[in-house]
Amino acid sequence: MRPGVLIFWLLAVPMVACALLVITSRNPLRSALFLVAHMLLLAGMFLSLSAQYVAAVQVVVYAGAIMVLFVFVIMLLNLGGAQKMDAAGLGWALGIAMSLGLAALFVGTGVWKSGLHAGKATAKTLAQGGTAQAVGFALFDPELPWLFPFEVASIVLLMAAVGAIVLAKRKL
Amino acid sequence: MIGLPYYLVVGSILFGIGAFGTVTRRNAIAVLLSVELMLNAANLNFLAFWRFLTPAAMEPHLFVLIGLTVAAAEAAIGLAIVLNVYREYGTVNLDQIAELRG
Repeated sequence: MRPGVLIFWLLAVPMVACALLVITSRNPLRSALFLVAHMLLLAGMFLSLSAQYVAAVQVVVYAGAIMVLFVFVIMLLNLGGAQKMDAAGLGWALGIAMSLGLAALFVGTGVWKSGLHAGKATAKTLAQGGTAQAVGFALFDPELPWLFPFEVASIVLLMAAVGAIVLAKRKL
Repeated sequence: MIGLPYYLVVGSILFGIGAFGTVTRRNAIAVLLSVELMLNAANLNFLAFWRFLTPAAMEPHLFVLIGLTVAAAEAAIGLAIVLNVYREYGTVNLDQIAELRG
């Protein structure tokens, strides 16, 4: 087995297992911690796709900041114990049907559109990859239209921060 | 290097797991965690398509970064709403919060 293939399976199998544990754990805190493990493995998979910058951001922002927020709220509401809260019967069957249908649809269209043996990655593009430099040049290039969406994203963050404070504070 | 279909299959499985959790879990925080799973699966698909089909274009990275920004905003707002709901109803069980049901 070539090392690239081995790395893919070493990342993919625990990643899917962690995702399953996220939705099957009765304890929300345990769900959140499995989601952290899932995100770290996903960052590894981004690295194996040579998207170095996004992998670093995934660890810092997702596994770091967002999950800390989740764990903080779980602790604050004291939801650490096991919670018996699940749909049953029809809802469960509908959920299975819907998720299987969506997954089959995505695999089907993706493989159909791109072909089974798609792959144009050459040694040159692999070496270049998605470093912070490459992503930054694309983001701030005045020839490309991405600077404005980037600034709008910062406004979205500001609005979210203000909105969250207004919502969560009892008295302003 | 392993082919594109493998990444697509993993991404689709993760999205399916997230969708299943979103519709079957009744704990509001577990639902938000499942939504994060789906967003992650979408990011994996963006980067897999970039790697194998358009390695010269950097746009998929920008989509992922902006998607991440929106995910952070969604988590902050969603958790603030969950906090408020807990103060109002004393529970985060989505079946017991049915005031708007006709």
